[in-house]
Amino acid sequence: MAILVHIPPPLRPYAEGTDKISLAPAEAATISQALKALVSKHPGLNDRMYTNGQLRPFVNVYLNNEDVRFLDGEFNAPLKDGDDVAIIPAVGGG
Amino acid sequence: MTINPASLPQSQLVAGMKCRVCGKQWPVSTTNFCEDDFGPLEVDYHYDKIKPLVSRQLFESRPNNMWRWKEFLPLNGEPTVGLHVGGTPLVRATRLGKAIGIDNLWIKNDAVNYPTLSFKDRVVAVALSKAMEFGLKTVGCASTGNLANSVAANAASVGLKSYILVPSDLERAKILGTTIYGANVIAVRGTYDEVNRLCTQIAFHHGWGFVNINLRPFYAEGSKTMGYEIAQQLGWRTPKNVVSPMAGGALIGKICKGFNELANAGLIEIPNTSYFGAQASGCNPISGSVKENRERHKPVRKPDTICKSLAIGDPADGYFAAKLIRESGGWAEDVPDTEIRECMALLAGTEGIFAETAGGVTVAVARKLVLQGKIKKNEETVLCITGNGLKTQDAVAEILPAPALINPQLQEFQALLTDGAPPVRQTEPALA
Repeated sequence: MAILVHIPPPLRPYAEGTDKISLAPAEAATISQALKALVSKHPGLNDRMYTNGQLRPFVNVYLNNEDVRFLDGEFNAPLKDGDDVAIIPAVGGG
Repeated sequence: MTINPASLPQSQLVAGMKCRVCGKQWPVSTTNFCEDDFGPLEVDYHYDKIKPLVSRQLFESRPNNMWRWKEFLPLNGEPTVGLHVGGTPLVRATRLGKAIGIDNLWIKNDAVNYPTLSFKDRVVAVALSKAMEFGLKTVGCASTGNLANSVAANAASVGLKSYILVPSDLERAKILGTTIYGANVIAVRGTYDEVNRLCTQIAFHHGWGFVNINLRPFYAEGSKTMGYEIAQQLGWRTPKNVVSPMAGGALIGKICKGFNELANAGLIEIPNTSYFGAQASGCNPISGSVKENRERHKPVRKPDTICKSLAIGDPADGYFAAKLIRESGGWAEDVPDTEIRECMALLAGTEGIFAETAGGVTVAVARKLVLQGKIKKNEETVLCITGNGLKTQDAVAEILPAPALINPQLQEFQALLTDGAPPVRQTEPALA
């Protein structure tokens, strides 16, 4: 088991084409840490995802399909083995 | 000779797709976000090339539908989908105006838009015509109802395959009104926002044309036609106030863009319009951000309102809608379900217009804004009515009286009039 972080197609060119990475729980105690671990493995993602140290406004993050902004602790919400973190651009609204 | 839309050279009038956050311009493609910062893209035009081509006479000489404004729309050639959309009535609403305290009130009535009785036919006509130009064979959307009806109908009319994803608690009339066209309709156990997130993933995976996702920049342009029509129908001028319902938050901004484009082309005076946004209290991320003076909205996790068409907890255009409202000297408000129902009945009883729940929201919020002094009695105001009440009949069922039941005998009818039996309903509902 591990923690998976899924990279959406528009970001894959900046991550050497990778569609997901696997992290050990020790590397990713929280969502915030998981994203930092992702960016340290694929530094090309940094400027796409962050501006002035903050996650860009139109980048949404989901933990097990739940929008992180609705979780207790939000980006400091804890992760456990088997969790799925997905990065998805905020692109819709009908 | 049939021209294959996919073979047309790119329009000389479209400059590209511009990021609304960083301003960078990108070539035309089926993408809706800037690769640098994921900011949403907006179609940009060579306005200097458009200006000499257009005039009031030119637009008025064309048939009364949304395509008379085609120089401002992002197609390479003639439209292939939704040829009869738009050209809806602008109704002088004297009786409603008296009821809510606005002397000079108009209703832009997209409840009768063709073919699916909502303003969504405008955005879908553009998105699907563009999908044809891109050579796409399958289209789709995430929807709270009106978009579903429109994509299904318009896709069927040109033989495009469609996948329509909706929250599973959507009104029955809206689901039937989508399935009838032969679309693949999938009900998702979740909120609209969850459906939308799933559709983003499906669009990435399959490359289908999701009108509100990867075709969104083209789709959004269709809403400008509501603005062009309002201006032309008022006699080539703009109103002091526009009140618009807000779901994703795009419509209000595109009406403004439409007014500005007409002014930049020298066809009307520079607008001085204030924009007012209307939401339901059970899902009010944008009105909440305006009232609390927050730049970014707080997403609503579980919208809870009878107004399902506006039940978008995380509106993609929320930031831009709130900004426009503030900068134009407008405001935003939200209303509870009781007032939504009441105002659906009020609009119907005073103007003979049966709007869906979003129409009730818009009228109720306009009334509230007048009471707050945010809209003045003598200011010319246009209310945007975006969908038909036949689609949300369940919402008003509980406030409408059942018909009196009699035998076919004159004296029984007479008894209704004189006897203290259930009174005959007046044409004007009792005003609150």
